[in-house]
Amino acid sequence: MVRACMSLLFGLAVLFLVPALALAQAPQRGGTLASIVNPEPPILIVGLNNQGPTLMVGGKIYQGLLRFDHDLKPLPSLAKSWTISADGRTYTFKLEETVRWHDGKPFSAEDVVFSLTKWHTELNPRSRAVLQRMAAVTAPDRSTVVIQLKEPFEPLLLMFDATALAIMPKHIYDGTDFRTNPMNQTPIGTGPFKFKEWQRGQYIQLVRNEDYWKPGLPYLDAIIYRVIPDAAQRAVALETGVVQLAQSNDIEPFEMPRFRALRNFEITGKGWEMFSPLAWMDLNLREPPLNDKRFRQALISAIDRNFIRERIWHALGRVPTGPIASTTRFYDKDVPLYPHDPERAKKLLDDMGLKPDSRGVRAHLKNLALPYGEVWMRTAEYVKQALAKVGIEVTIESTDAGAWAQRLGEWQYQTSFNFVYQWGDPTLGVARTYVSSNIQKIAFTNTMGYANPTVDDLFARAATAPTASDRQKLFSQVQRILAEDVPVVWLLELEFPTIHDKRLKHVVSEGVGTNASFEDVYFAK
Amino acid sequence: MGRLDYLAKRVLKALVILLAIAVMNFCLIRLAPGDPASVIAGEAGAADAKYMEQLRHQFGLDLPLSSQLWIYVKNVVALDLGFSYRNQRTVAAMVFERLPATLLLTLTAFALALAGGIFLGVLAATHAGSWADSLITVLALGFYATPLFWVGLMLILLFSVNLGWVPAFGMEQVGQGLVGIERSLDIAHHLILPAITLGLFFVAIYARLTRASMLEVRDMDFVRTARAKGLSEHRIVRVHMLKNAILPVITFAGIQAGQLVGGSIVVETVFAWPGIGRLAFEALLQRDYNLLLGVFFLTSVMVVVFNLLTDLVYSLADPRIEVAA
Repeated sequence: MVRACMSLLFGLAVLFLVPALALAQAPQRGGTLASIVNPEPPILIVGLNNQGPTLMVGGKIYQGLLRFDHDLKPLPSLAKSWTISADGRTYTFKLEETVRWHDGKPFSAEDVVFSLTKWHTELNPRSRAVLQRMAAVTAPDRSTVVIQLKEPFEPLLLMFDATALAIMPKHIYDGTDFRTNPMNQTPIGTGPFKFKEWQRGQYIQLVRNEDYWKPGLPYLDAIIYRVIPDAAQRAVALETGVVQLAQSNDIEPFEMPRFRALRNFEITGKGWEMFSPLAWMDLNLREPPLNDKRFRQALISAIDRNFIRERIWHALGRVPTGPIASTTRFYDKDVPLYPHDPERAKKLLDDMGLKPDSRGVRAHLKNLALPYGEVWMRTAEYVKQALAKVGIEVTIESTDAGAWAQRLGEWQYQTSFNFVYQWGDPTLGVARTYVSSNIQKIAFTNTMGYANPTVDDLFARAATAPTASDRQKLFSQVQRILAEDVPVVWLLELEFPTIHDKRLKHVVSEGVGTNASFEDVYFAK
Repeated sequence: MGRLDYLAKRVLKALVILLAIAVMNFCLIRLAPGDPASVIAGEAGAADAKYMEQLRHQFGLDLPLSSQLWIYVKNVVALDLGFSYRNQRTVAAMVFERLPATLLLTLTAFALALAGGIFLGVLAATHAGSWADSLITVLALGFYATPLFWVGLMLILLFSVNLGWVPAFGMEQVGQGLVGIERSLDIAHHLILPAITLGLFFVAIYARLTRASMLEVRDMDFVRTARAKGLSEHRIVRVHMLKNAILPVITFAGIQAGQLVGGSIVVETVFAWPGIGRLAFEALLQRDYNLLLGVFFLTSVMVVVFNLLTDLVYSLADPRIEVAA
């Protein structure tokens, strides 16, 4: 009887609740979203500039052929469907036919061909490496694009997100000097939002594209990105409701406990799957004793990476096991692990013959601190303390961003910190750090000077292996070798929080997080 | 020597000085490690050799340093501040877009500091030894010793976050489309906190300078004479004492006027004020050489102009001081 009553009550509740929920979730049209852009981008043309802020604002204006969900499964965008030939060398995209540029001109396959063969090959260092694998890009008709590859390249589709290959208007740029085109001040895209105004130093305003090719979208009337250079002020802006959305590193991790306690905010770490930034301690392997594997294993054992996660990053992110982030395809956790173990570190140093001197010091290291905010400085200070406990004395060197990138690029450092994006696939975002062909005097290459022919070979074979399972085997091998070798000390799979007003819905729905188009973001009443 | 003659000579000298400053700025900036290409590569998180080469070529960094300097000096002489390749806009456009905001902020703060400082200084001097004097002295010392950004943050915390009286940052309401009087009032409302923050430090200096100088003048014969003539205390303070005590304040105000832009970097950053100080700071971090040189050059011009003005004000305040080049 009681049970029957309960189920009746439950049924009634469902009866009343479901329509109520459905009502609450029906997207509302209208409203202006105020958010933060930091630092202020120099220009909004994706390709001419590929910094985070440019991609975030540009992601509302420009679109790619595809979008990606949190599992990095491709979804249609400018391409409504696509097919891959059996040999994995021919990709055919069918494009949406009613798309118009913001200036009213029709969008066509020619724009895609232009973007792939001219715009991004000329300008975008990230895409260039992949575009060189294409033998031909053709447009048999207005709404079809065919890409012929020189050899199979399984991760190809991942490149068609707007953050990597935004489609640019051929009618504006073809035949001009891309970098000095006067239209660079007024971006023209196909996206749900149009560029309206940019008051330098104050804000960038985007407005609804009334002629957007998806009827009824977007929901928001406008998006305003405010330039707020000071971290404390960004937190104030969010807390006082002047802005309703903060992302990336807008809010310092040490503010997290406060925002978690506030009821009117939603916080998520999702939306970084495409990038999966992995932070590590960069080691210049040309310098002894860093060239000794035992020394590197001692470093990673001496550092309590859980402490870094818990105390410095306030429980954001995860402790990595190796070079591939756990949020990325082909991650394998079955590798040599390094739990916090100072005794093991000391033993390794003993084995190397590094005996403590009268002050207990076995070795000296210099650390070129990463000038990307308070939290990196604290990480450097913690590492200094942790390594001191096993007899390694660390001197922290301060620089600004320009000097840091230059010194890293010229290999003028012993240790530093760095974090790079993985771009959804180890071939796209991980291999570059460890293959010897990418030892270059440029930051974000293999600046450590790590060279291992087996690793080179495995990454090369994994790039062109035809199926995902073939690739998985190769990547699993490479992860085990790298985890044994410790070419860098992996510290943290970074997770940047997206914090927003609870009334704002559908904010993070793609693998690129707040870089997405925001066509379906709305304010619930 | 006439005032015009004097002015012409000073302007001529100023031009030579400015040219020397331009050359020095150029050399100083190049001493910092890192260049725009490495910064951009660092921000984008990806680079290859072709990309770096393209950037360096675009920025003209592949030319020998001496040719770069020569090009820069030629441009400065032609009053051309160059092009910011990073922002794809002329430096002049960027700088003049941001200059009004800085001038508004700094001149308001300057006026506030002068008026407030002199008033408090006079008040302290005329009540020397009283509790009011002690209070002003202690406050002045406090303001003098406290970093600007901290004062700014505390004011924000109290007046914006807790009381909600004034906006915490920005120069005006965004996306409201205000015009005319409404917009001016809105900007004035936003101006309150940053102007006070920037002004407080100098209020302290002026208050102390005025107080000391007033006390010195107080016991001089002409003040005693004035008092003996039976003039009102109010008139004695205003006409006889203050007029004679004001010179050191003017000297310092002249120096401060030159420093205003520099001091505003912190305040502009804390209050998200879209001024030239922040522009300079960002240009420095990004190694946007042309833009940074442009801001440096313009601020140098302002320092030179303010110095000139100070000297002229001297002679107005005290006709015994002669203008001589």
